[in-house]
Amino acid sequence: MLQIFQLYVFILAGFVGFIVIQRVPPLLHTPLMSATNAISGISLVGAIVAAGGQYGKLSTILGFIAVVCAATNVVAGFLITDRMLAMFKPQKAANAKEQAEMKGAAR
Amino acid sequence: MSELGPLSSRDLIIQATYLIASVFFILGLRSLTKPTQARLGMQQAAMGMLFAVIGTLLNAHIVTYQWIIIGLVVGAIIGYPMAMKVPMTAMPQFIAFSHAFGAIAATLVGVVEYRHAFTMDMGGNMPGMSNGVAAAIGFEVLFGALTVTGSFMAFGKLQELITGRPITFPGQNAFNITLIAVAFLSLGVLIYNPGTAWAFYTVLALGLFLGVSMVLPIGGGDMPVVISLLNSYAGLAAAATGFAIGNNVLIIAGALEGAGGFILSIIMSKAMNRSFANIIFGAFGSAPSGTKKDGGPAREPKTITAEDAATQLAYAGSVVIIPGYGMAVAQAQHTCRELHELIEKKGGKVSYAIHPVAGRMPGHLNVILSEAGIDYGALLTDVDDANRVLQTADVAVIVGANDIVNPDAEDDTSSPLYGMPIFRPWTAKVSFVIKRGKGTGFSGVENPLFTKDNTLMIYGDGKGVIGNLVKEIKALDEGH
Repeated sequence: MLQIFQLYVFILAGFVGFIVIQRVPPLLHTPLMSATNAISGISLVGAIVAAGGQYGKLSTILGFIAVVCAATNVVAGFLITDRMLAMFKPQKAANAKEQAEMKGAAR
Repeated sequence: MSELGPLSSRDLIIQATYLIASVFFILGLRSLTKPTQARLGMQQAAMGMLFAVIGTLLNAHIVTYQWIIIGLVVGAIIGYPMAMKVPMTAMPQFIAFSHAFGAIAATLVGVVEYRHAFTMDMGGNMPGMSNGVAAAIGFEVLFGALTVTGSFMAFGKLQELITGRPITFPGQNAFNITLIAVAFLSLGVLIYNPGTAWAFYTVLALGLFLGVSMVLPIGGGDMPVVISLLNSYAGLAAAATGFAIGNNVLIIAGALEGAGGFILSIIMSKAMNRSFANIIFGAFGSAPSGTKKDGGPAREPKTITAEDAATQLAYAGSVVIIPGYGMAVAQAQHTCRELHELIEKKGGKVSYAIHPVAGRMPGHLNVILSEAGIDYGALLTDVDDANRVLQTADVAVIVGANDIVNPDAEDDTSSPLYGMPIFRPWTAKVSFVIKRGKGTGFSGVENPLFTKDNTLMIYGDGKGVIGNLVKEIKALDEGH
């Protein structure tokens, strides 16, 4: 029963993802991929429980490795996404005005 | 973590943080529809992640925190410099690496969960596992393991540690299909009888093996599709982890990534006019030679000097630059911006035609040009729009691109590129092709564009040639 409920969540979330992500412009496809990658680093949550639970020595070691990998995924993923998105500023402060005029003329 | 009984207040707090995280994740992805809102939206998503992690630390199953904290710190220490130092040109490798890391975590969680279910605890009990959870864990390790080795293979190809050419052997497809069949058979056994440890480890091992054997025959030019597919698999692995440990935020985040990767894979295949099956089983570009058209004697491409090219650029009203991955390899994007600014100063208009599959991952060239400080308003990311602009353009400049401007994609039904939507630089008054040498592109296909009447070649390293153009245009100014 629990699993049927989870299947609902999965399908509905996939549906939401499909609708939202379809509208992301090609301009931002690289940040999109790094963003979804960072978000799915949420496996960290599972890794934390595996590393902290009392499941035996080997499990703790495997859990620890999982935490390291997932944390790397999350930290690197969100930082690189932010770094990329910061570059997509529409206009640089220095020639902002000039470019705005040119854009107006182009239209 | 079965939630059938009444929730304790602690569980309630944990679930609340997961709900907040899920909402922030979706809002973050929605913010990516507009470049102006994207950064803030994704920062909020990162906050959502922080909430989820803090919430998880309250989990009653956790008895020791030392390894968690060390792990988080080590992860941050590895991740921070990686993210801050990686050049934008290496983004595909970076993403592949990051996919691998996420997938390692998902796979290991699966192994820990499985072992836990079938290991005697101190009280002599064995928790066991339902068929449903066994199915989830099976899919988790299959997709997880596949993503781990597949991503490392993709990383190796992108970083050119292994050859970018497809690696094939006779009977490869039959071999892979057999492997997949055995993997699913073992998965079936695992689901039917969750206690069958050999089935679990067979699924794990075959997953690892499949990742390698499926990426091997795929050529470097097809990497955008592979990266997108791995993106999708990584998401499915995370979602399966969520099913296995009964955690909704994992299911939601995994579903989002799965959907994202799937959409990008479709867009990439469409942009190459090829099906998934063709890319995965086709080993594109493995037999490049011997398929030349027999249409008259081969013509030598015409060339132009940097000086003459500079004069034409300086007096052009509209210039369209068509960059390919070669531009990123030559690190020519910054010089390109200089050229762009010079032409604009002289009253010309410059835009960039960015093909969906230009670069080694979806949208790659957009990031590289934005890093060089080029306003994203100048980037034409739609093939039809760009072709409309090209029709009225004075000069088209092709830098390090090849297949995306190959007229065979429209004219030659026998070409492996046939049907792929391409740019038509020959509709501009003149087009300059900046190219390192006379060889074929990454896909290994000949390009008749180079022998067209209004195509002029400038041979040399992209950065050097554009640098010369900039110099010549400046010299032109001083001459007057």
